[in-house]
Amino acid sequence: MRPELSVQGTATAIEGPLLFLRRNVEVGLNEAVEIIGEGEKPRLGRVAALDETVLVIEVLESTGGLGLQDVRVRFFGEPLHAALGPGLLGRIFNGVGQPADGGPPVALARRLRIDGTPINPASRELPKDFIETGISAIDLMNSLVRGQKLPLFSGGGLPHDRIATEIAQNARLRGEGEGAFAIVFVGIGISHETAEAFRRAMQDSGALAHTAMFLNLASEPSTQRLLTPRCALTAAEYLAAEEGRHVLVIMTDMTNYCEALREVSASHGEVPSRKGYPGYMYSDLASIYERAGYVRGVKGTITQLPILTMPAEDISHPIPDLTGYITEGQVVLDKTLDHKGVYPPINVLPSLSRLMDQGTGAGYTHADHPSLAGQLFASYAKAVRVRLLASVVGRDGLTEIDRDYLEFADQFERRLVHQVGRRTLEDSMELGWRVLGRLPRAELTRLSDAQISRYIRPDREGKPHA
Amino acid sequence: MSEAVIRSIGGPVLHARAKGAFRVGEVIEIGARRLPGEVIRLKEEELVAQVYEDTTGLRPGDPVYGTGGPLAVRLGPHLLGSIFDGLLRPLDGALDREALPRQGGGQFRFRPLATAGQALGPGSPFGEVPGGGINQLCLLPPQLAGTVESIAEEGTFAADTNLCTIRTPAGALREVGFFRHWPVRQARPVLERLPSDEPMITGQRILDTLFPVARGGRAALPGGFGTGKTVLQETLAKWCDADVIVYVGCGERGNEMAEVLHDFPSLVDPRTGRRLMERTVIIANTSNMPVTAREASIYTAVTVGEYFRDQGLHVSLMADSTSRWAEALREVSGRLGELPGEAAYPAYLASRLAEFYERAARVRTLAGGIGSLTIIGAVSPPAGDFSEPVTSHTKRYVGAFWGLDRERAQARFYPAIHPLQSYSEGAGRFASWWTERGNPDWVAQRERLLSLLESQADLERMARIVGKDALPPAQQLTLLCAELVNESFLRQSAVSPVDRFCSPERQTAMLRVILRFIELAEAALERGVAPQTIAELAILRRLQRMGEEIGEDRLDRIPALRADLEAAMADIEGAPRHAA
Repeated sequence: MRPELSVQGTATAIEGPLLFLRRNVEVGLNEAVEIIGEGEKPRLGRVAALDETVLVIEVLESTGGLGLQDVRVRFFGEPLHAALGPGLLGRIFNGVGQPADGGPPVALARRLRIDGTPINPASRELPKDFIETGISAIDLMNSLVRGQKLPLFSGGGLPHDRIATEIAQNARLRGEGEGAFAIVFVGIGISHETAEAFRRAMQDSGALAHTAMFLNLASEPSTQRLLTPRCALTAAEYLAAEEGRHVLVIMTDMTNYCEALREVSASHGEVPSRKGYPGYMYSDLASIYERAGYVRGVKGTITQLPILTMPAEDISHPIPDLTGYITEGQVVLDKTLDHKGVYPPINVLPSLSRLMDQGTGAGYTHADHPSLAGQLFASYAKAVRVRLLASVVGRDGLTEIDRDYLEFADQFERRLVHQVGRRTLEDSMELGWRVLGRLPRAELTRLSDAQISRYIRPDREGKPHA
Repeated sequence: MSEAVIRSIGGPVLHARAKGAFRVGEVIEIGARRLPGEVIRLKEEELVAQVYEDTTGLRPGDPVYGTGGPLAVRLGPHLLGSIFDGLLRPLDGALDREALPRQGGGQFRFRPLATAGQALGPGSPFGEVPGGGINQLCLLPPQLAGTVESIAEEGTFAADTNLCTIRTPAGALREVGFFRHWPVRQARPVLERLPSDEPMITGQRILDTLFPVARGGRAALPGGFGTGKTVLQETLAKWCDADVIVYVGCGERGNEMAEVLHDFPSLVDPRTGRRLMERTVIIANTSNMPVTAREASIYTAVTVGEYFRDQGLHVSLMADSTSRWAEALREVSGRLGELPGEAAYPAYLASRLAEFYERAARVRTLAGGIGSLTIIGAVSPPAGDFSEPVTSHTKRYVGAFWGLDRERAQARFYPAIHPLQSYSEGAGRFASWWTERGNPDWVAQRERLLSLLESQADLERMARIVGKDALPPAQQLTLLCAELVNESFLRQSAVSPVDRFCSPERQTAMLRVILRFIELAEAALERGVAPQTIAELAILRRLQRMGEEIGEDRLDRIPALRADLEAAMADIEGAPRHAA
């Protein structure tokens, strides 16, 4: 590292989060700086643009109170780093990785660049080990595997916070590696109450012992939100690489992150792309989501469960759209199900886990798990089409088989998707076979004859043409 | 070489003051770490370049060195079975060492195909690299011809050995070895482009039977997220009838590359019995790798494809996804302050897409052989909207359009290709190919299926208004038959070991059974049998699971199934129990 370098009196302008300096020092792009105002505590920033005469610094906190004359800028000579060490678990940090629970600073063992480095695709292992979340609609229908990134697409007023907390409390690995499980919980631009609720829930359930929380509050400057997930992921990478843990990173709410990105991009005067979001939002999101994975030679893994609220419940909005193109599937919450009192209100049809084939079936979960899920999907999709038909022509216009499908759809939502408390995968599978019993056997084309005779029992109510 | 000094940097674009002559498209090296970049604009002293690596730490005043040459890649026998980044730099030495025609330590076997004194034209083979499933040829560069002055004996040589010396007509001596460089943005020359009347068999029923792509043709595969683009691209890469596969992951997920690297070495090509990895080149520029190298990776991949095509091979290039490449163009264009076109893409998007797809062709190579390069490009339209610029421009340049449908994907109906939105231009020209394979009725069968699916869509709209029960029996039967075609023929699981690949022979056999069922069912209806009775036949379930139950090696079971079908249908003809 170079000797400390700082300048004063070269500031020419402050515009929003940007500080313009006359360039009289040799610094590189993206290097970290500290901005020190008269009698104020230092603020973090980074070099955002450079030419021969001007140096633009993006201040990662509010620029309120800074003046052109007295502002002093100290250059670190390297990009932003996080200091990490043992004792991360059980702790609560703010959005830039400083302790926020009144505890002492973390002992320093490693300094890591918070932007991470792209993982060479050739050094990735295939994610394949199943993580049980305790939720049927995820475990049975859209299984999460270690090293995957599976976002939760939610909407205003939907219980995504409750689901996130429950997953954080209940998620477990099956078999070996169970003890090496850790959670990194990341709050991005969340309200004070939500943050407090998370903190209390984790503390009360005892889950905080294997959790590190990074909380950036809605009241904190938006530039900081760009750092929060990066700090948290750096900590997760430390836990995976140095402590060999399997880390589940829960990030809520990525929509706030994208809003901050748009705000900062606008302040730079960049050409906007769709809906005012910057054209590089895909690449920027990828630099966060792609940090999930299972790297050869590293004992631990990083699994991501980002949560985002879809603006106006629109899945084609750029935020969910770009996320869906990067992540390995999505779990979609649905308002209609919520209104029906189904909890968790997961609509399995638009939901998807791309890596499910790799982490389920013989040797991972259960040999018949994939066929069961496949049959449930096919039948429920058909049932939803029938429901649409019924809403126009009424039940009487339907054929007998179609009426069975209507009944099946209700059973599927009320008995399988809806749940109170956690379920093991075996419980979920048992329920799955049971609701399929509501349909005529000839309709179960995704199951083999052996599977039908082994598992499918006609439903209690019986059917005329089983 | 020329030098320059950086004036400013923003993201992957830099401005520098040139102290010497630079050319547009010239490769430059930047800063102390000598990061690679490419000149994209020149104005008097000012030079604008894109950098192919992360620019963190670069600063004004850092030097820029010219190299004099355009962006070029090294082509040679090391490509097959390995993974490279967007500039064709190896990401991993060798993944599947045994499969490579390589003798540890960067050595290759060589067998001469020419003798001293022989005259060789441009692009002619002078030797081959045996082993690894395909005998790769060593070709003279397209601009070099002459007589062989000397040539190495058969043996094993270090990678950089000069194998053959050529005396040009002008009298100069030129040495050639295993490798040659080629600028990626320039198409490799051929003797002539040939028409293509042969389909590239993919092993996927919906594609080969309904929407075939020609050898040397172009296909686009658009679909919103979660519609199965990547799985389909991977399935095509696994089972399509090509000698060499170039798979380029452009701005996509790292785990997908891991999956390809994990699956391919263990899978076996059903035609040659050799491992799939032996015929595959992977080019990976994942979404978190530098965006500018993403732009180059498409050209790199096409150049690699042309290199194998020129050896007289049939090459298939899978690009996933061309939208990410277009976005890379957009990002650099935005940084340059160019006037944005539709959806902020640069106005030259369409011409760049055309340049790319035009490099697909069936050709007579310079050496006189026949090779082909087929391009299958995935498109990721924002919000699954096919009217956006990348999809709509791509549509103008491709012959086959395989539109993926969200509703089918949500029902886990894969491949989720929508039969009414997709098309294949001039599919009729493949009729003679199918006739040679024992199916003279292919054109008629294809039309039958498409019209059946068309009427299904119409009837479903109608049923939504009047109710299914109110439809006349003939229309109820049409719905039943269309459902059967979907379920038993168009659906094909990519993960099922039995059904993931379907040979043309099996496709024909299955199709005949299904069409026979439709014929018999229609005849039964004429005799007054209710559609409901037909729907309850046990044979229907066997037809629906035919793809799963009757594999490639069990085609002899088809006649028995057909006999059972005839019997079952004859039975209801004799005793119409629930006649309407």
